[in-house]
Amino acid sequence: MLHLDMGKYAVFVWTAWALSALVLAGLTGDTVVRARKAKAALARAEEQSK
Amino acid sequence: MIFGLANPQRFMSATRWVGPVLGGLAAILLAVGIWLSFTAPPDYQQGESVRIMFVHVPAAWMALFVYACLGGASFFSLIFRHALADAAAKAAAPLGAGFTALALATGSLWGRPMWGAWWVWDARLTSVLILFFFYLGYLALRAALDDAQRAARASAILALVGLINVPIVHFSVNWWNTLHQPASVFRLGGPTIAWSLLLPLMIMALAYTVLFFALWIVRTRTEVIRTRAEALTLRRAGGA
Repeated sequence: MLHLDMGKYAVFVWTAWALSALVLAGLTGDTVVRARKAKAALARAEEQSK
Repeated sequence: MIFGLANPQRFMSATRWVGPVLGGLAAILLAVGIWLSFTAPPDYQQGESVRIMFVHVPAAWMALFVYACLGGASFFSLIFRHALADAAAKAAAPLGAGFTALALATGSLWGRPMWGAWWVWDARLTSVLILFFFYLGYLALRAALDDAQRAARASAILALVGLINVPIVHFSVNWWNTLHQPASVFRLGGPTIAWSLLLPLMIMALAYTVLFFALWIVRTRTEVIRTRAEALTLRRAGGA
């Protein structure tokens, strides 16, 4: 059974989980964006060096 | 096999699909971990606040583990002047800083209802804060130096100095009287946590670990690609 009623601890529990989701999503997003930018930069450099 | 991967070209071809596959696995583990975290019964002492443990403890473990990876990569970078080891170290640092910030923030959110304080200057909390400063120092040093080789060397030395803090963080709860509880999972005599809480904790820890490796590999690959692009641009500029 799902326990979603955190009672008097709700603000602490949900803030901790929200922060965790934010940081993990932020690290993942930053990693993907940097990877795409680097690939685009390499493609540009290879194109220009032809 | 591991040493074979030290060759950047071999590393790039061997890890092409590893990042996305590990990323998918991490997503599945996270989904299972979240489900188990909210179906586990509340703790008999801490009540529902124990659910903070499922995000706090894995983040704290990763803060230490990632620093050990950063230290290991820095060692190989410094001693063998290996470009891939430096790329791996550079790639690990922001991830470790993120996990450490998360451990500090979620720990504070757990401490307030349990201890009645957002922060106490006890040995565990203070040594983790120092660990966070080592991560920030590493990132700042890398950003401050334009010469890539000097940046690699100086930051590797800083990372190795910071390794001293890793056992201090781990054993701080045994060496000093702290408000922070002692180890309750990895300890002689086995875990002291009930199985119903231990299972979601271990699944979440595994999810964080797999996610770290997925992101670490992608970021290391990105460093190799970025270096290659810079070298091509410089060669073109030199030839023009």
